[in-house]
Amino acid sequence: MAGLAPTYGRGAMTNSWTDIRNANLILSMGGNSAEAHPVGFRWVIEAKEKNNAKLISIDPRFTRTGAVADYHASIRTGTDIVWLGGLINYLLTTDQINHEYVKAYTDVAIIVKEDFDFHDGLFSGYKQDDIRAYDKSSWSYEFDENGMVKEDPTLQHPRCVYQLMRKHYSRYTIEKVESVCGMPRDQVQKVWDMIAETAAENKTMTILYALGWTQHSVGAQMIRAGSMVQLLLGNIGMLGGGVNALRGHSNIQGLTDLGLLSNQLPGYIRLPSHEEQDFDGYIERRAKQPLRPGQVSYWKYFKRFHVSLMKSWYGDAATAENNWCYDWLPKLTEPLYDVMHTLERMHNGEITGYLAQGFNFLASFPNKNKNVEALSKLKFLVVMDPLDIETTEFWKNHGEYNDVDSSKIQTEVFRLPTTCFAEENGAIVNSCRWLQWHWRAAPPPGEARPDVAIMAGIFHRLQQMYRDEGGAFPDPILNLTWPYSNPEEPNPEDIAQEYNGRALADLPSADGKTITHKKGDLLDDFGYLTDDGRTACGCWIYSGAWTRAGNMMDRRDNSDPYNVGITLGWAWAWPLNRRILYNRASARPDGTSWAPEKRLIWWNGERWAGPDIPDFPWTSPPEAGASPFILNQEGVAHFFGGSMMAEGPFPEHYEPFESPLDYNPMHPDNPAAKNNPAARIFVKDREQLGTSKDFPYAATTYRITEHFHFWTTHARLNAIAQPEKFVEIGEDLAGELGIKAGDTVKVTSKRGFIRAIAVVTKRIHKLQVEGRTVHQIGIPIHWGFKGVARKGFLTNTLTPVVGDANTQTPEFKSFLVNVEKV
Amino acid sequence: MSIRVSRRNFLKLSATGVATSSMAMLGFAPEPAMASIRYFKLTAAKVTRNTCTYCSVGCGMLIYSRGDNSINTVEDIYHIEGDPDHPVSRGSLCPRGAGALDFVKSESRLSHPSVREPGSNEWKRISWNEALDRIARHLKDDRDKNFVTRDQHGHLVNHWTTTGFLAASATSNETAYLTQKIARSLGVVVMDNQARV
Repeated sequence: MAGLAPTYGRGAMTNSWTDIRNANLILSMGGNSAEAHPVGFRWVIEAKEKNNAKLISIDPRFTRTGAVADYHASIRTGTDIVWLGGLINYLLTTDQINHEYVKAYTDVAIIVKEDFDFHDGLFSGYKQDDIRAYDKSSWSYEFDENGMVKEDPTLQHPRCVYQLMRKHYSRYTIEKVESVCGMPRDQVQKVWDMIAETAAENKTMTILYALGWTQHSVGAQMIRAGSMVQLLLGNIGMLGGGVNALRGHSNIQGLTDLGLLSNQLPGYIRLPSHEEQDFDGYIERRAKQPLRPGQVSYWKYFKRFHVSLMKSWYGDAATAENNWCYDWLPKLTEPLYDVMHTLERMHNGEITGYLAQGFNFLASFPNKNKNVEALSKLKFLVVMDPLDIETTEFWKNHGEYNDVDSSKIQTEVFRLPTTCFAEENGAIVNSCRWLQWHWRAAPPPGEARPDVAIMAGIFHRLQQMYRDEGGAFPDPILNLTWPYSNPEEPNPEDIAQEYNGRALADLPSADGKTITHKKGDLLDDFGYLTDDGRTACGCWIYSGAWTRAGNMMDRRDNSDPYNVGITLGWAWAWPLNRRILYNRASARPDGTSWAPEKRLIWWNGERWAGPDIPDFPWTSPPEAGASPFILNQEGVAHFFGGSMMAEGPFPEHYEPFESPLDYNPMHPDNPAAKNNPAARIFVKDREQLGTSKDFPYAATTYRITEHFHFWTTHARLNAIAQPEKFVEIGEDLAGELGIKAGDTVKVTSKRGFIRAIAVVTKRIHKLQVEGRTVHQIGIPIHWGFKGVARKGFLTNTLTPVVGDANTQTPEFKSFLVNVEKV
Repeated sequence: MSIRVSRRNFLKLSATGVATSSMAMLGFAPEPAMASIRYFKLTAAKVTRNTCTYCSVGCGMLIYSRGDNSINTVEDIYHIEGDPDHPVSRGSLCPRGAGALDFVKSESRLSHPSVREPGSNEWKRISWNEALDRIARHLKDDRDKNFVTRDQHGHLVNHWTTTGFLAASATSNETAYLTQKIARSLGVVVMDNQARV
């Protein structure tokens, strides 16, 4: 997601599952949706069958997606930016781009500051290798006297984004792609030619990606690079276009929307940093004003969203006088208290307690042995889960799968049973932002309780203790609103209404003649939010989900009146029930559609109309000149990422932290530019990185269709379908090592080892990289030492503790191992 | 002449006005005669709409269960299938979703709170009250001891960094929202979910 928001404005899948059917070309890269999202993938097949679409699969392995693709090519894991950078270079030098789209809807004309530079793998402002961060002050635009960006519509200015981008990617030649990615040149050219065809105004390509892009130390920049390709081709906001982040868990989109991350509040509102002591400054920095005339820049209303959130949480206690309880919000002293950061602190004995709500921490984060050591230093651990997962028994000896001495582990562990999806009401948000309501079908087993009841139970006890005993800063705890009809187990219905928002006073219409909402009314949408305490809203982007008309999320009209895969009456999508983001770009600047078969929304003389809800001011005419990317200050999409990314405004290739190469082929003489120069890595974790001398094979982890993470090893049917842990080894390597299918092999990294059954396959073959042979092996993440499937080693025993510089997503997709026959 | 007549059709025929007894006399006895109809497992089931709990496609599910909310019935889920009306999944479920019943009814489902005491090698069953009382006590003690009003830069931060929270990307929005609200009121900043994995 961290690659999408800096480009388009929002960190979410741009189109929808059903819209894939409208594509002419589908690029599956950084994902294997036939395996991981099989039912969503049916829309790819639908596009092939009914729209004559072609499917391209780029993957280190020949996957189930590859098996039904029109073209598959194997790539060395972790080199996608080289491939995509080469594609950007190819599209620019051969001029196969949608010119009108690029000029009108992107930042190509904007002029960048004079001191911005890129040299030998590093952007201007790099501090030092030991600090691993940039001073980003040069990564910005030139501004005129009115504070607007300077532009050169002729695109000739040497520092306009277009020229800088051309220069940056001129190094990414097809020869480099062949050599670094290990993909023969004719294969590269074939795929690039197929992609370039979608620069035509009546053709669209959609990109489908998942963890194959995110789980790299440069993951967010891979997504950025793919997003840039789509802008050059004019494929964003279009039917059958987009960059579609296929998310993993059923409600990962919802948890992200609601900000369950260290630095976030609901609705992509960031928590203040410790330096932001002043409320007005905090608001001003986030209430982003337009940087080009006539643009929407919707974040300019930030104060409405923030104040309404604080009213929702603190009610009458939040007043203008106390800055709506600004001091009650925790401030961040570290930029991010992510899991790997926490793991390090836990390992250092700095964490007392940890509460995991449906999160198999032990199996999910890199370096399982470090995780066990870290958990062993906790005073207490609380696990709330429907299943008896590995994390709850990190202290128990499970033989070689978890070889510990319980008597030496002093952690007090609570295991609390929860309901599962079938036993509760509520909404979850699918990958394409649909909030779908579900109902309880039966009670949970035994004494299991819903998570909300457990959270309420803990919270009420804490409240009582603070009332009785006093203690550290009790004000936010004692004043937290609790407007639930069943305080001990808050109803999902009440909570959903809280995040939708209510009027706290009568709200007059714009002309002051009528009242739009009476005091206490549920809000129709976030357009009614105010910044003066007259509205409460727990998550502004969800406003509209439960209005005076009822629960919009349980709607069940699947009609598709325009027959384009848009069902506005089914459930509800944020924002404002819009199904394809940035859909204003589906029309030319003059408001007409790019092509009859790609009609999505258009200007009908009075307003924007069509099968989707316009992601744009409904009545803003084309001649007013507002651009489609209404969250961006410039109104246009970003090729130049400015200061939003940690490692630079343009995606640049850096090798995985464990790579079969000892240098970065893009910058062979600069060791500081070998790996992502802005990625954080702790000293002990750096010492645990292996070299290609000791661990010669590139490994990548993945998921299989029969299993979901570590849950389905508890489900009998899935355990029967795929009973036992395996690793996938190419025939070439297996031959060299004397390994036959069915042999047990030992796979070792610098951090530990696993044993598993060898699957010897043609699906992974050796690659020629920089004049040498590179073998890759594939390791599914599934199986553990609990459940009904055969016991297995946890795959994260092998993986390194380093992640993407922006998101701290672990580099699970590229690391080094050795393989031996047992 | 031999006509096979099911019980249902037999009753239909009867409803046309011909006396049942005279039908029987004509040799139109249903097979098996006057027996109850075959019992279909789903006929009396309660059908509940849900959404698959695994990946993010969000396939529609229909959950079939016994129990109509009347007193003394034991509700029990016994079948799950795809929702044919769902515009994305159109009745399909994948190999994971098709096995969802085995997740709901897994023998690994936890049914009561337990604690593992420090140094112990076993679980001990405890009551909800004991579990929540003990957890709340731990939280209060740690928060009071380690709450940071001003950080090393002298800035007012009002945060608590020695206890962390992991939320789950398979829980509902409502669970997530309430968790977020409570955690921040406590000053928690060590917080994450599966967005990264």
